[in-house]
Amino acid sequence: MKWVMRALAGALSLFAAQAFAVEQPAPPSCVAPEHVTHVEGKLPASAAAIAKEHRLDILVLGTGSSTLPGADGTNAAYPMRLKAALQERLKNVKIDLKIEVRSRRTTADMVKTLQTVLDAKPDLVIWQTGTFDAMRGVDPDEFRATLKGGVKKLQAAGVDVILVNMQYSPRTEMMVAAGTYAENMRWVAQQRDAPLFDRLGLMKYWSEEGTFDFSAPEAASRVAQQVHNCIGKLLADLIMDTLNIGGPEKKDPQ
Amino acid sequence: MNDIDTSTLRELAATKVPPPAIAPARDLRLDLFRGLALWLIFLDHIPSNVVSWITIRNYGFSDATEIFVFISGYTAAFVYGRAMRERGTLIATARVWRRAWQVYVAHMFLFVIYMAEIAYVSTSFNNPLYSEEMGILDFLRQPDVTLVQALLLKFKPANMDVLPLYVVLLFGLPPVLWLMLRSLTGALVASILLYVVARVLDWNIAAYPNGEWVFNPFAWQLLFVVGAWCALGGVEKSMALLRSRTLFVLCIAYLLFAFAVTLTWHIPALAPFMPKWLAEIIYPINKTDLDVLRLLHFGALAVITVRFVPQDWPALTSPFLRPAIICGQHSLEVFCLGVFLAFTGHFILVEISDRISMQIAISAIGIALMVAAAAMIGWYKVIEGRRPGPRPPKSLGSDLAGGEA
Repeated sequence: MKWVMRALAGALSLFAAQAFAVEQPAPPSCVAPEHVTHVEGKLPASAAAIAKEHRLDILVLGTGSSTLPGADGTNAAYPMRLKAALQERLKNVKIDLKIEVRSRRTTADMVKTLQTVLDAKPDLVIWQTGTFDAMRGVDPDEFRATLKGGVKKLQAAGVDVILVNMQYSPRTEMMVAAGTYAENMRWVAQQRDAPLFDRLGLMKYWSEEGTFDFSAPEAASRVAQQVHNCIGKLLADLIMDTLNIGGPEKKDPQ
Repeated sequence: MNDIDTSTLRELAATKVPPPAIAPARDLRLDLFRGLALWLIFLDHIPSNVVSWITIRNYGFSDATEIFVFISGYTAAFVYGRAMRERGTLIATARVWRRAWQVYVAHMFLFVIYMAEIAYVSTSFNNPLYSEEMGILDFLRQPDVTLVQALLLKFKPANMDVLPLYVVLLFGLPPVLWLMLRSLTGALVASILLYVVARVLDWNIAAYPNGEWVFNPFAWQLLFVVGAWCALGGVEKSMALLRSRTLFVLCIAYLLFAFAVTLTWHIPALAPFMPKWLAEIIYPINKTDLDVLRLLHFGALAVITVRFVPQDWPALTSPFLRPAIICGQHSLEVFCLGVFLAFTGHFILVEISDRISMQIAISAIGIALMVAAAAMIGWYKVIEGRRPGPRPPKSLGSDLAGGEA
């Protein structure tokens, strides 16, 4: 009986919290814990492009979680939000962003298309992966080796890489062993000196802190847009921090 | 399932005194630690559960899976090794395989529960953030393939990998026992060789739709066989080594090392203290293929546990440890219940509330239900007369290993 009461109490408090949230639509502040904001790794090609040519060509390589459904989906998803946030901070830099996103691809599938990515001659590739590998249960060792090979190939061609891991998805958490793949991505990032954007840890933090509720069916598409907006902003922070040309308050390197 | 094992023991008690190589009384430590392992597995299986911070995987390289596999190997060899000696290879083999069949059926039962949860989620899950993750539900669209692959133990949802491993290990047990009764060391050496060859040549069983088994049976068999080896006299053989001070100090040192390494995982501020050369050597710690680091960590834990917890430790009969002990005595049922409760607990956390108080409540209630179920199963066995008559039902020596070999 006790747990029924607790469950009821929990459900009630949840409803109360939501009712309250509707009354005060405060914009989410995109807070991020230290372990997400503090990232190791280097972006030499991007730094050179910004310093010498005042431009930065970014390519987002990813799968379904790098976009949102709907007509306005691409614009609301984190790649375009990143572009906007970065442009705001690097006013004198011409930022170009290409999107190479297709659903249901493993890392191996994406590595096969790397030549197309290289042909676009980006300075920086933001590579979001891991989700479909985890869902398919790709052998973790193979996953790690494939990813490492891919990052190596990009870096060898003079392209910087930022890795973005999977989303935190409470409903499927029991069915997808995301942790193993996230660990392997962290390991590859460390070995290749590539910054890792820990989207999994970040979203889990938001879920624990109550910043966003990923399970509630209400306002799911508004939450989705806010989440992507925050991810775009925090990715811009990560790039600025790694380039070491000033934090959010410092607008321009010049 | 206990009738055979208990009758074996009754026969044994009636016939001859078992050789001193085998401990004559039921070793309650096995039940205790298997019961605790079952609790830890339950806690670890609830994703994002704050209570899982107490489980051993956060303080060293190995986790409850190692304990479970080792003790299962130990009790299987204890029960079926005797059966093989007393009743012959054929009958012992038949019994082991019947047990493997029971575990297989239990796994399929859990799979059905899993399917039910997935099917429910698929109707209520519609969040634009997760259009990609929803692909995990795709297999519902092709049940012809999914169900057949599940029956073949190739399609195994996350967190449902232990029982298939157990099925395969039990299936392969009879020849191991046969060899062990003839050459204890020979069987162990053969097992180590298989482990090494499998790791060098990358042997594993293929899984569906991709990849390989999460617990590679060719690697994990080593821990199972080491358990069997200990049960059939290996411990007595190596008593001098186990009691040695040097080994004790080495084990403590290794556990501290493992603890220090795990600290760098949990406290980001400590991460820079992990030397890069050391990281290159030890990472990634491979659970699928039972990394040597994990094996050693379990070994060190076992050596130290055996030293501090003797077989006649008075607390083993205290009421405080009894809940864990009875869970360990009905491990297959309690394991399955634990997996089911983890599903249910996760479901409640997602659908109702994931507050910390809820996580703690779910963990505590889950363990209480596991204990209650174990007590009930024990009670059923008493009323069905499966426990030998002359002894009072409380006597634990009656159904050794709870039939849960």
